[in-house]
Formats: sequence, C-alpha cells, structure tokens
Amino acid sequence: MKHLLARNRHLVQRIGFTSITMMAFATVFPIVATVIYILIKGGPAISLEFLTGFPHDGMRAGGILPAIIGTVYLTLGTAVFSVPLGIAAAIYLSEYAADTPLTRTIRIAIINLAGIPSVVYGLFGLGLFVLFLNFGTSILAASLTLSIMTLPVIISTAEESLRAVPQAFRTVSISLGATRWQTIQRIVLKEALPGILTGVILGLERAAGETAPILFTGAAFFLPRLPGSPFDATMALPYHLFVISTQVPEMPIKIQYGTALVLLVFVLTMNLIATIIRSRARAKRQW
Amino acid sequence: MEKSLTWREFVITRLIQTSGYSAIVFVALIFFFLIREGIPTLGEVELSSLLNLRWYPIEDYFGILPLLTGSLIVTIGAGLIAVPFGIGTAVYISEIAPRWMREILKPLVELLGGLPSVVLGFLGILVLSPFIRVFLDLPTGLTALTGSILLGGIAVPTVVSVAEDALDAVPRAYREGAWALGATRWQTIWRVTLPAARSGVLTAVMLGIGRAIGETMTVMMVTGNAPVLALKLGSLFSPVRTMTATIAAEMGEVANGSTHYHVLFFIGMVLFLISLGVNIAASSVVFRAKKRAERILS
Repeated sequence: MKHLLARNRHLVQRIGFTSITMMAFATVFPIVATVIYILIKGGPAISLEFLTGFPHDGMRAGGILPAIIGTVYLTLGTAVFSVPLGIAAAIYLSEYAADTPLTRTIRIAIINLAGIPSVVYGLFGLGLFVLFLNFGTSILAASLTLSIMTLPVIISTAEESLRAVPQAFRTVSISLGATRWQTIQRIVLKEALPGILTGVILGLERAAGETAPILFTGAAFFLPRLPGSPFDATMALPYHLFVISTQVPEMPIKIQYGTALVLLVFVLTMNLIATIIRSRARAKRQW
Repeated sequence: MEKSLTWREFVITRLIQTSGYSAIVFVALIFFFLIREGIPTLGEVELSSLLNLRWYPIEDYFGILPLLTGSLIVTIGAGLIAVPFGIGTAVYISEIAPRWMREILKPLVELLGGLPSVVLGFLGILVLSPFIRVFLDLPTGLTALTGSILLGGIAVPTVVSVAEDALDAVPRAYREGAWALGATRWQTIWRVTLPAARSGVLTAVMLGIGRAIGETMTVMMVTGNAPVLALKLGSLFSPVRTMTATIAAEMGEVANGSTHYHVLFFIGMVLFLISLGVNIAASSVVFRAKKRAERILS
C-alpha cells in the first residue's frame, strides 16, 4: 500500500510537470507564431518604394514613409522629455530619498502611473496639452503624453540598476573627497548605465508601439507631406496600421501586412538592442 | 572654486528632488484634468440616465452600464485565460525549466509584452476572428470572446513576470526543507513554494487584470463594438463594447465641451479610479507581505 502511494505521487508529479510544461509552451508558441506569420505575410510588401514613398490612391497604394518618420519623431520626442526626468527621479529614489511617507507616496504614484489605461493618457493629453496649453494636435502634445506614460518604466528600471551598484563604491568615492553629486555622476551612473539604457529603450519601445495616447493628441489620418515643426500633427505607424485595417474599405491586404511588419521590426529591433546591452553588461560585470 | 561647486551641487540636488516628486504631480494632474472635463457630466445628464441601459449618444442616451458590463465580461474572460497560463508559465520558468530553457523563455514572454496592441488587434481581425466565426458557427467573429483571448495574451507577460519574481523570492531553504521531509518537487511547488509566494502571485493576478481592463486598441478592433448589456454567459459569443473602446472610437468625433465630450471624460474618470483601486490594492498586498517577511526575519 505504501509502495503504491509512493509510486502514485511520482506519477502525479510526472502528470503535473507535463501539464505545466505544456501550458508554458502553449503560452510561448503563439508569440513565436505571430512574429513568424507577420514576417512571412508582410515580407513580399517590402520594397524601396514602400519604405521611402508616400501613400496615394487613398492610401491603397504607395509607401508608408510619413508614418515611419512620424514614429521616429514621436519616439525621439518622448525620449527628450522622459529620459532626463525619469533618470533624475530614479536617482532621487535610489540615492537621496529616505524611507518616509512622502517617498512611499512617490512609489505608489509611480505604480499608479504604470497602471493607468493608455486611452486615459490620451484624454489627459487632450485636456492638458492640446486644449489647455493650446499646443493643438501636434507632435509636441503627443510626445509629452507618451513621455508621462513611459516615465514609470524608466524610473523603475533605472532605480533598480542604480540600487544594484554596491554601496562600497559610494563609500570609497566619498572618502576620497568627492561630493555626493560627483559620486553619483562619475561612479554610480557610470556603473549603472547599461541597466538604465536597457530600461530606457524598453520604455521607448512601448511608446513607439502605442496608439491610444496619440489618437487625440497628435496622430493624423493622412498627411500629404512630412511634418515641418513640433506643432504639426503627424502620421504614425501604429495609428496607420489601425486606420488601414479598420477605416479604409478595400484596402489591399499586402500593404496591411507590410505595415504591420515594419512596425514589428521597428519595435523588435529596439527590444533586441536592449536585450543585447543587458546581456553584455551582465557578462562584463565584475561585482 | 569651492563655492561655485557647492552652489552647483545645490542646484542639481534640488532638480533631482523635484524630478523625484514629479510622479505625484503627474498622477494629480491626470486626475485633475479628468475631473475638470468629466464632472460637468453630472450637471448635464441625469444620474438615472447615466445608469440607463442604452448607449446612443446621437440621441442623448448616455447609459454607461452596457459599457461597464462589456469591459467586465471581456476582462473576466481575459483573466480566465491569463491567470492559469500566466501562473503556469511562471511556475515552469522558475521551478521546473532547466537553466537554458529559462534563458529562452523569459525574453520570449518579455517580447509578448512589447508587441504593439494594434498588431495583435490586426491579427485578431484577419486571423482569430474568422477562425472563431467558423469554428463556433457564429454570425460574426468579432465577439467578446475574441477580445478576451487577445487580452489574455496581453495580460500574460505582466502575470508571468510579477509571479516569477515572487516565486524567485521564496528562500531556497523552504524548498530544501520540504524535499528533506520527503516531498516530491511537485508537492513542494503546490504546498510550500506557491503558498509562500501567495501575496506576490495575488499581486501578479491583480496587475494582469488591471492591464486587461485598460487595454484599448485590441478590444476596439476585435470586439465588434455593439453597446449591448452583457450579463449572460452567451454574451461572450456576441459583440460587446468596452469603456476604453468607446472613448477611443468616439472622442475624435465629438465637439469639445459638448455633453458627449464630458461623458467620455467621465468614463475616463471611472477607468482611472478602477485602475487606482486595483493598483493600490495590489501594492498594499506587497507592502503587507514585506512587513510580514521583515517580522519573520527580525
């Protein structure tokens, strides 16, 4: 009897492990399949004209250059605001802040910023930047909206890498006569840089792929020319994909898959760069 | 030289401090602007009419119940998918998988978190919804179920990464103790590791569900956007419309300052409060667990 039970629980373990393994693979398989499927279906649409041309015939022909450029502008615009602010906030939390109720409030605020629905960011951007500050639907308003959305990602990853720098580094630097800021600037930031960079890229990657926050703050359905200033609206890849897959009747399927592919490659390249930076820094790290 | 250095240091420290506070300022600003544009709703639309069963803004029907139930049913469906698969994947990665497999799976799950929701919505329209229409023999494939499946996928990376962190944080001695007492690895996972990581896993579930409620583009593209009251299980197989999709679809077409505009901001306010509630609840679970751990260790 005892023997049977002992055998039984190993059988239970085997069944359990097999089902958990299958669940994990069932989770991961669609991800791989999605990427490969889009690569295959979108590949034939890619040509020099598609990447460098303007859309014409009601967007049913031609290229997607303005959407590509627009997404680059929005990503850079987001970086301009969110990177310095996010890193500074992370420095504050990791190097200056004591564990006070105020600090805890900051942390709760960051968690909440991360959880606010993207479309609510869109409403906020519309209310504050587009209407109240009168920026209009523009690259500026959209970038600012995306920045605030990206901020929690940058702050939390940057703080994590700052905290990972051993305390001894700071102690030694201060004991050699450096001020607190000199220590942070020349020692802590330098050591934490790869980690911070990874977080920044992952944050910007998310901003580049977002549609809802730019819907009413800066995205344009169609523009015959490239935006000339930060106060112009712009086309963007994610919004363009949304438009051509739901709003334009008789849209050639090839162009839809091609646009999805370009967006995917844009985002995955950023993801890949972040992963490479992280793993190289891990390999090189000596502490 | 000495003086200019301290002055510079002072300015930089102040700048960093101000940036540190910025998160609070932004949350407050967001809430302020939602209230500013959303609260006029209460003066323009009767409360009874807000709780009406019809959402038809062109004829001034602003019943938000169908949108609430729409969000609810899609989110519950997504949770039913994301919670078991997310926790299962986290257990696999943290407890069962060999090291090399872990190194492959983790970036792949992260990758899913980085896929733009509009790409998933696009594939939802072209691949998943035709499949569901044929497979379940429905008049349309753009249903709550379609949205739930994709939203489940969007919530999975959040659940996996938070749950995996929680499992990782369980001290190795717990597992070794269980093994030494003769428990199998499977029994250890179920009776020791998972219960020890309970609060973190709970946080993972809450954050995943919070992610699902707030998702916009995917649901707007695949749920068919019919604002009907979804209370029965059967509603899962018919089109619904969520709060997020309503805002995204209609905000572009309303006149600034109109009643419809205010109602959309009001819905945004409801969404904001829901996510605030979910996140504060989730983080208080973590704080409580941390305190308990500190008690044990001290």
